[in-house]
Amino acid sequence: MSSSTTINDFANQQYKWGFTTDIEAESLAPGLSEDTVRAISARKGEPEWMLEWRMKSLRHWLTMIEPRWPNVKYTPIDYQSIVYYSAPKKRGSGPKSLDEVDPKLLETYEKLGVPIEERKILAGVAVDAVFDSVSVATTFQQALADKGVIFCPISEAIKNHPELVKKYLGSVVPYTDNYFATLNSAVFSDGSFCYVPKGVRCPMELSTYFRINARNTGQFVRTLIIADEGAYVSYLEGCTAPMRDENQLHAAVVELVALDGAEIKYSTVQNWYPGDEEGRGGVYNFVTKRGACRGRRSKISWTQVETGSAITWKYPSCILQGDESVGEFYSVALTKGRMQADTGTKMVHIGKNTRSTIVSKGISAGHGNNTYRGLVHVAKKAEGARNYSQCDSMLIGDKCGAHTFPYVDVRNASAQVEHEATTSKIGEDQLFYLAQRGISEEDAVSMIVNGFCKEVFKELPMEFAIEAQKLLGVSLEGSVG
Amino acid sequence: MSLLEIKNLHARIEDREILKGIDLVVNPGEVHAIMGPNGSGKSTLAGVLAGRETYTVTEGEVVYDGQNLLEMEPEIRARAGIFLAFQYPVEIPGVNNTYFLRSALNAARKHRGEDEISSEEFLKLVREKMQLVKMDESLLKRSVNEGFSGGEKKRNEVFQMAVLEPKLAILDETDSGLDIDALRIVAEGVNSLRGGDRGIVVVTHYQRLLNYIVPDFVHVLVNGRVIKSGGKELALELEREGYGWVEEEALSPES
Repeated sequence: MSSSTTINDFANQQYKWGFTTDIEAESLAPGLSEDTVRAISARKGEPEWMLEWRMKSLRHWLTMIEPRWPNVKYTPIDYQSIVYYSAPKKRGSGPKSLDEVDPKLLETYEKLGVPIEERKILAGVAVDAVFDSVSVATTFQQALADKGVIFCPISEAIKNHPELVKKYLGSVVPYTDNYFATLNSAVFSDGSFCYVPKGVRCPMELSTYFRINARNTGQFVRTLIIADEGAYVSYLEGCTAPMRDENQLHAAVVELVALDGAEIKYSTVQNWYPGDEEGRGGVYNFVTKRGACRGRRSKISWTQVETGSAITWKYPSCILQGDESVGEFYSVALTKGRMQADTGTKMVHIGKNTRSTIVSKGISAGHGNNTYRGLVHVAKKAEGARNYSQCDSMLIGDKCGAHTFPYVDVRNASAQVEHEATTSKIGEDQLFYLAQRGISEEDAVSMIVNGFCKEVFKELPMEFAIEAQKLLGVSLEGSVG
Repeated sequence: MSLLEIKNLHARIEDREILKGIDLVVNPGEVHAIMGPNGSGKSTLAGVLAGRETYTVTEGEVVYDGQNLLEMEPEIRARAGIFLAFQYPVEIPGVNNTYFLRSALNAARKHRGEDEISSEEFLKLVREKMQLVKMDESLLKRSVNEGFSGGEKKRNEVFQMAVLEPKLAILDETDSGLDIDALRIVAEGVNSLRGGDRGIVVVTHYQRLLNYIVPDFVHVLVNGRVIKSGGKELALELEREGYGWVEEEALSPES
């Protein structure tokens, strides 16, 4: 215990937010079987149809094999050693207000700067906090309810809004979609649900903070957001994870549905624990995020800043079904140490005059390996589709790697598809110029990299943009020289 | 005490020796011009003083403001008051010019044990200094040097110098690529910063800049050595006669 404490102390210096909270977790035994799925469903008090869907997913998953095509290397995951469910213990029937939330939990969020208290109303942020697997606190419900916006843990939505969940869950990412999404469909623990009714502009930015905390607990978050006709919602998702020795599997699914004239903006700052210098530990982040622009003139915009995780595997995508619908993807992915990222997007143009924009900024430092993988697909009937893609890579040091795999599949001759790509190294000239103005090397690197990412950061809500810039700066400390 | 004292300075890039024993003393308030043909080592000297790592100092010493300059990191030299106006100012995409300059100023203030400058104070300072080089305010909002014309970049250098108020300013070929109007404006900017204890070293190939920034001393650098030093009239001689005659003069032992 004492030696591991020392190690943890040491490691914590490197990963500022790598602390764990001592909350007694109510966990299932490790392993995955039909019983596991039944147990999860039962604990959450789910209706029969939900259990059936989970079981269908599990059975399908058992026929699938883990994908090997991503440009990442990792030791095989033992799915039987993972704990699939863990919930903070409740006193009585669960918290009815913040006063009833475990103070230690609130303290954790305090350290992370998560706005969960009353004063945060001023910041206009509503937080649906997923701690381990169960949502323990949901705030600002009333303000949202006044507008008819439903924002709650998906476990509650399953009980209270079954018609919406049945209609949309799995409609964008079917339970058969891919290995990790299927696994998630079987065992998802909790996540957020949001429905914005016709013509409503959601009065505040919605945000969710995730933490993986209990040892060996995979976190299988499931998020479903629906913007009805003419609705608008901006959703923020931020993650940091505590220090951990074992690899932690994170296989989330996010589904977005935008109907006629609706707009969804989904922003992520991801800072899961990336592992130590040698790549030990660290989160495996296998995420399926997809949005369907079902309606005419609908719009979905993904913005992500990925600075953590040992492995990042995610391709937030847009299915542009509605005529004149718009898809956007803005991404910053940073890999350092032994981190590996294979990330990008898919823009699938189906409707007429659909437009998509892809701006990807990959930064590699240390032994990091960064891959952009993107698909622009223009279907036969997608008259007048347009895409603009820009993929820039920046290398820091000479042991890292950057790769770009842009796939373009155009089946309609009227399509306009543009692709630009650059690779640059942080120049000695730039560093010297900044040094000559008295700026330290660390600040200089941070400045250059943040400048490189500016086009993406400007898409983030203000407070998120600031956080993202800080994260990049902290992440790159000691990367040069 | 002199501001800068260079003694027998030798420096090389990889295996090639560029500076072969430079001696130079700059006292507070003096303006020195270093002139010389291409490849004589002028820019190397500027780079060595600013601490560029491409150059290796093999011999000699440099004392700046009582300190051993060669032991100081480039950013420390900058904070201690050495400013290099670059011959080729570097573009830094996405980094706001104002933000960059404020970071630079605050780094120097912190070094001197002063508080960071407030937003209002900084804005006031910036507005005032922009007048000196007649710089367009829109350049403040742009990324550092990105998409600036040659003239705008040079003005931006002198503008930064004006804001940072260095003790020792080194201008490396600040006249290159400037038309006559821009040259005049930049020179006026520099002149307004003359005086007091500030030392200025102007590195240039041509005499024309020295019509505007009139130096107290002129040094001719050829093949890594200062072969002739004199007053401002030396620059005019060089302009008339070219570098050939000084080289010959330096080579003949009788002279």
